Amino acid sequence: MPPEPSLASPAIGTPWPLRDKVAFAGIGTSRFGNFPETDSYGLGCEALNSALDDAGLTTKDIDGLIVCRIPSYERFAEMTGINPQYCLLTETAGRFSGVSMALAAQAIASGAAKNVALVYGNNGRSVRMLYGGGDSQWSPWGMTSPGASHAMMWRRHNHEFGTTHEDLGPVSVAFRHHACLNPDAVMNGRPITLEDHAAARPICDPLKLLDYCLINDGAVAWIMTSAERAKDMKRPPVLLSGYARQDCFAYGAAPPTDYWHPTLSACRSVYDRAGIGRDDIQGLGIYDNFSPTVLFSLEGLGFCKQGESGDFVKGGTLQLGQGRWPTNTSGGHLSDSYMQGWGLIAECVRQLRGDCGARQIPDAKAMQYICATNIAQSAILRRADA
Amino acid sequence: MSLQTRPKPLVDNWNKPFWAACAEGKLRLQRCKATGKCFYPPAPVSPFTGKPDWEWVDASGKGTIWSWVVFHQGYFGGMKDELPYPVIMVELDEGPMLLTNIEGMEEEDIAIGKRVSVRFPGGPEGFTLPQFGPEA
Repeated sequence: MPPEPSLASPAIGTPWPLRDKVAFAGIGTSRFGNFPETDSYGLGCEALNSALDDAGLTTKDIDGLIVCRIPSYERFAEMTGINPQYCLLTETAGRFSGVSMALAAQAIASGAAKNVALVYGNNGRSVRMLYGGGDSQWSPWGMTSPGASHAMMWRRHNHEFGTTHEDLGPVSVAFRHHACLNPDAVMNGRPITLEDHAAARPICDPLKLLDYCLINDGAVAWIMTSAERAKDMKRPPVLLSGYARQDCFAYGAAPPTDYWHPTLSACRSVYDRAGIGRDDIQGLGIYDNFSPTVLFSLEGLGFCKQGESGDFVKGGTLQLGQGRWPTNTSGGHLSDSYMQGWGLIAECVRQLRGDCGARQIPDAKAMQYICATNIAQSAILRRADA
Repeated sequence: MSLQTRPKPLVDNWNKPFWAACAEGKLRLQRCKATGKCFYPPAPVSPFTGKPDWEWVDASGKGTIWSWVVFHQGYFGGMKDELPYPVIMVELDEGPMLLTNIEGMEEEDIAIGKRVSVRFPGGPEGFTLPQFGPEA
């Protein structure tokens, strides 16, 4: 067996000191697709301007800046004319969307910055980014790519709990259905069926094409500020009510052998931290780099017992208009846009403001974000007036 | 193409003895002296104590298949002719996991829980890659 990780385990029943203290005041996204004529700076500027307009602010109001997957924070600040008192660049990995959000919340709550712009830009499609290859620990054996790591875990999960590839179908189909309700989604207008999911070509067996996220260009920006200041801004504030995180790196550079179940379980403290129970949440944003992570997330956060996620999602549980837990209503990484968590959190904010049109969750008051990675995380966002 | 055209390992000061042992047909692991547990990849300290208190030991070379995948998408020029190829994750009897390939065994015989042992059929120039097949 792998080493038993010793977890710090966030204390259950402890209110989060930052509960409802920080708000999302603006949200912006660029176009999503293939844009070789621009780059992550250009796309980032597009998203930032859209987020500033949304918040009714200008770059002069921004005194904190976090950029992600844009090569240089300095160049980005320079080109946008932002001279902040708090500035940093976070790692490219998708787990850093939630981490960046938490860092901004800490900066705002501690007074290090008032209004923080968080900007993520990705031109992976136009530069033909390959998520695999290159020299790494396991490349001599041909083991590479995050998809293969998830395929390895999924095969073991099948063996251990009796899940099957068919169990992933409702995940991909629900998210594609949502993308078809979202005019901005890359896969808008291209519905799929469970049969399409089953018949897709294998990429790294047991996973197939429709279990994989998209690779596209795009950018997302959020403006975060204090809940107090957000009250006087243009749009109804959405509060960051709770956030929980538990890391585990004890996997020997190999695919995690525990499906992150212990660390995700530790993140169940998010409900206590937010002061919001699961029953009071209307929808979910789950990090879907590959369809199995959605099931691992549902098991880890306790939506169902470990091993029972296949049955749990059957019959459209995650699909808007069908099930109790509409998830990734934009289409997620599988069918909207691969914005590494940044877009999923933006979608939670849009749902809580009632901005989602045909894909709106009726009366969304609180949304939960979950990210199953070696940095396991969950956050709960709510409408300030809810 | 074959093992000779595989990507070369990334050699550092900690894994150099591992690769030197492979070249001699031996699988060696670092063992934490305080806990008696082995670990991989090679590191300056034991992950169980955080202390540089470890020794190299000969591993049994035996383990169990924990899971496996088959690559249909290629990422390495030197492995193009091997596609589609399986990668197996082996839980060594000493504890650590290795990601490796099968040798002397057919893809249809791969199964989770199956016992396997190491062999050293070759590798890119200057290296010998551990591969696994039916338990010897």
